[in-house]
Amino acid sequence: MNTTLQKMSRRTEPYILGAIIALSLLIQARSGQFFTGNNLVDLARSMTVPGLFAVGAMIVIVSGGIDVSFPAIASLSMYITTKILLAADYSGPVILAYIIGGVLGLLMGLFNGVLIGYFRFPTLVVTLGTSSLFIGIMQGVLAARELPVPPAMFDHGTAKLFSAYNTQLGLSSDMPVQILLLVAVLAVTAFLLRSTMLGRGIYAIGGDEVSAKRAGFNVFGTKMFIYGYVGVIAGIAGIARACMMRNAHPTNLQGIEMIIIAAVVLGGTRVTGGVGTLTGTMFGMALMTIMSNSLILLGIPTYWQKVFTGAIIIIGTGVSARQAMAKRAKPRKASPSPSKAPQSQEASK
Amino acid sequence: MTLLNEKQSPLARFVARDPNLFRLIIMLVAVFAVMGALRPTIFLRPSNLVSMAKQFPEYGIMAIGISICMITGGIDLAVVGTANLAAITTARFLIASVPKGSPGGYTLSMILMGILIALTVGALCGALSGWLISRFRIPPILATLGTHQLFTGLAIVITEGRPVSGLPILFSRLGNKTLAGFLPVPLLLYALAAIIIGIMLSKTRFGKQVYLVGTNATAARFAGLNVKNIIMRTYVTSGMLASLSGLIMMARVNSAKADYGASYTLQCVLIAVLGGVNPDGGFGTVGGVTVAVVILQLLSSGLNMFENVSNFYRDVIWGGVLITVLITNHYLTEHKRRKALKSASEGCGAPWGNLGGVAPPGST
Repeated sequence: MNTTLQKMSRRTEPYILGAIIALSLLIQARSGQFFTGNNLVDLARSMTVPGLFAVGAMIVIVSGGIDVSFPAIASLSMYITTKILLAADYSGPVILAYIIGGVLGLLMGLFNGVLIGYFRFPTLVVTLGTSSLFIGIMQGVLAARELPVPPAMFDHGTAKLFSAYNTQLGLSSDMPVQILLLVAVLAVTAFLLRSTMLGRGIYAIGGDEVSAKRAGFNVFGTKMFIYGYVGVIAGIAGIARACMMRNAHPTNLQGIEMIIIAAVVLGGTRVTGGVGTLTGTMFGMALMTIMSNSLILLGIPTYWQKVFTGAIIIIGTGVSARQAMAKRAKPRKASPSPSKAPQSQEASK
Repeated sequence: MTLLNEKQSPLARFVARDPNLFRLIIMLVAVFAVMGALRPTIFLRPSNLVSMAKQFPEYGIMAIGISICMITGGIDLAVVGTANLAAITTARFLIASVPKGSPGGYTLSMILMGILIALTVGALCGALSGWLISRFRIPPILATLGTHQLFTGLAIVITEGRPVSGLPILFSRLGNKTLAGFLPVPLLLYALAAIIIGIMLSKTRFGKQVYLVGTNATAARFAGLNVKNIIMRTYVTSGMLASLSGLIMMARVNSAKADYGASYTLQCVLIAVLGGVNPDGGFGTVGGVTVAVVILQLLSSGLNMFENVSNFYRDVIWGGVLITVLITNHYLTEHKRRKALKSASEGCGAPWGNLGGVAPPGST
């Protein structure tokens, strides 16, 4: 029991969960509007697409890389998909949009994968370059502008699981069906990271690439998979976003990458690779979302938002950097019960 | 190949010393020639050349700042936030201290004061990033991402998101002046910054330390260097350069705002990499960065000459150029390594150590 507690105190998740609870209680105390159905549903809604991105960003960071091209991938695949479906006057089920978007995302992700896996260029530089390339293709070659979405995507965007009413304010919010997509992606990714050799390979590469190779992991193949998978997630997230916004806007995802990466790191994923959990990532994303959605409930003018985001990033990353430092200074003795879950402190060793 | 031979011509020696710079210069000449040939009447007009020389300094100076940080193995993503915060502070100061119709001498002295204020703000911003990175070991990319949000946020809070305008007219006149008909003030400032930083990196002890920290921070620490202090100073330098960029930007648009130049951050990283700065640290020169800045300015100004080509093709070209340069450098290094290995096995002992340890691609 004692060791479990000690182990918990070394993890980032409890702290961030504490921060979420504290912030929620503060907002509730100040406004009385936090724990209302519609506010919670609104939070879930604004977390859906960033949550998808965060899963992808986390996998890349766990593998020791960093990907800033996913908003560009999402925008370009979303835009091309919408254009194709509009041109074909498509009126079938929405699944086709997700398939096309996913395939386009996959291709763009594999392009990153080749540059990173085969040529071994620094991931930040590669993804900056491809990001610029994809945005340029969209805005230059395709001369992108705002498009309405085809009926299938529109209907999908308005579909709801349930509605939450706030009788006090007379507001209602719809729980989007796309949240199921996030749940599905989380489930698949969790299975992948916990229970497959491929997933363990991602942690191993992030921990130490040379050792992973010596241990028999196919480093190139794993990297191709990572960037391909992230591409697919980005493509799907782009479609989901277009559906939820009910129009295809080419540029409004730009700049989201840094917030997502910050949320992932806040959730305990180590930028040097090898350590990170999906739970932590979702906690991090939730904290960021609450921060940006609920400042107004605290009576703080919205233009303070960036100051708070910046402060959160600095404090959050500072805390996890200190934890990592403490761990380095005082190496853990052989752990009595090696954890099976992909917390993978052992992978970082 | 890298051994300097007395019999070699100066050109060959130059090529051998910095092959990347040489390739960049060839690229620069090629881009210039192509643009000049396609649109000779517009592109080669002196006014166009002068206007290009006015445009690149504002992000070029930021790129130099980012490069110094990248040489230490870090990165400074807060440059744009720093530039805007410094510009806004100075703008507020100038508006408050110089009432309309003030005498020129007084205005000028207040402007000098304003520049000092901007540089101080820049240094403080850089110091905060540097402190977070060196003291708390926050990865530079995240620390500066955080400080960028913080500085931009503060700038928004100060201005409530509105542009600050109504600067003394003398300020933008000074900033947009073209000396002797061909030498714009921004270019002059760029040259000044490039020369100072260039000398600092190549000739001073601090410069050597910067490269050493970037090559191997642990080794640098064991060699007795104060790594924390060196990292701190690089980010302070970067912050001061960024604030200078902010002033140039402020003079160009005659106002200051929290979100000016938002696209410059990534652009500057691209420039640094194109200029041969190794993002893992240890390599990079101001010369390379300068040539890269000019190449990109030529490309984007050149594209403006074609009315039916959208400006956004610039992004395609930049991304494309970056990836092409990476791949070319990769194969050239590969080629050089093989050659060096061969000559080493013949007993020459060529200096191939810095290239060793890189496994050939696809060997997995």
